[in-house]
Amino acid sequence: MKAIVTVMLKDGVLDPQGEAVRHALGSLGFAGVEGVRQGKVIELDLAETDEAKARAEAEAMCQRLLANTVIESYRVELA
Amino acid sequence: MKAAVLVFPGSNCDRDLAVALTRAGADVTMVWHKEPELPPGLDLVAVPGGFSFGDYLRCGAIAARSPVTSAVIAHAERGGYVLGVCNGFQVLTETGLLPGTLMRNAGLKFISRPEPLRVATVESAFTRGYAAGQRIEIPIAHHDGNYFAGPETLAELRGEDRIAFTYERNPNGSQEGIAGILSANRRVLGLMPHPERAADAGHGGEDGAPLFAGLVGALQAA
Repeated sequence: MKAIVTVMLKDGVLDPQGEAVRHALGSLGFAGVEGVRQGKVIELDLAETDEAKARAEAEAMCQRLLANTVIESYRVELA
Repeated sequence: MKAAVLVFPGSNCDRDLAVALTRAGADVTMVWHKEPELPPGLDLVAVPGGFSFGDYLRCGAIAARSPVTSAVIAHAERGGYVLGVCNGFQVLTETGLLPGTLMRNAGLKFISRPEPLRVATVESAFTRGYAAGQRIEIPIAHHDGNYFAGPETLAELRGEDRIAFTYERNPNGSQEGIAGILSANRRVLGLMPHPERAADAGHGGEDGAPLFAGLVGALQAA
């Protein structure tokens, strides 16, 4: 089973890289980009076939390693 | 006084840190990250700068889950001393031994230059070698040194006098200009500037030397 983990900076945490991307988009003529947040996508190939167990496993991985929960939030999608 | 300097794949300030500690009078052992245990009878564990594990995932994230790091956490929980410099500071925040985190520099650039700092507290073994409020100059060399913590954590750091060093002119966007912080028991210090790179006249400055001299002196006396 595949789990797709999306890690993003939490709201309220300044994202200087996202800001730089926003400025670059503006200078390319893309008007009206009011905000850019940059994050990470991590794909996990899991041996687990039970959906609930796979989700619990992926969330434990996020808590312990994949996300720094001081500044990052995460989302797990199963595919 | 016995010290260990950890070595991860990608550490590059480990030998400089060992030299600075040895010259201050410490008996230093280098410890590879795969070791599950630290040498017995250690007073201090030093986590060096560099790019442990290529900064993959997040700076310090993989090193913080290395076998040796569990032993470092146990050492700290027993009241042992821990010093983390630059990447070492990032590793210590990733382990949770120090609060907050180090984000990408606000200007997005890697900055490598001597930086004026203020010694914000002398109430620790690490900073006892300085005068209160002393202005010192120590090199920084980092891409991710922008200290971030929630408002409660910042209030706690301030209230408990745990901010060890601040930047005179904030180079990286750190909250409150924080360059280094102490743990609640004041025995764990993390700082982004490199005192081991200003510990010899040949470095062009010796403002880092009192940190090592003060620390080794305090632990020898203990």
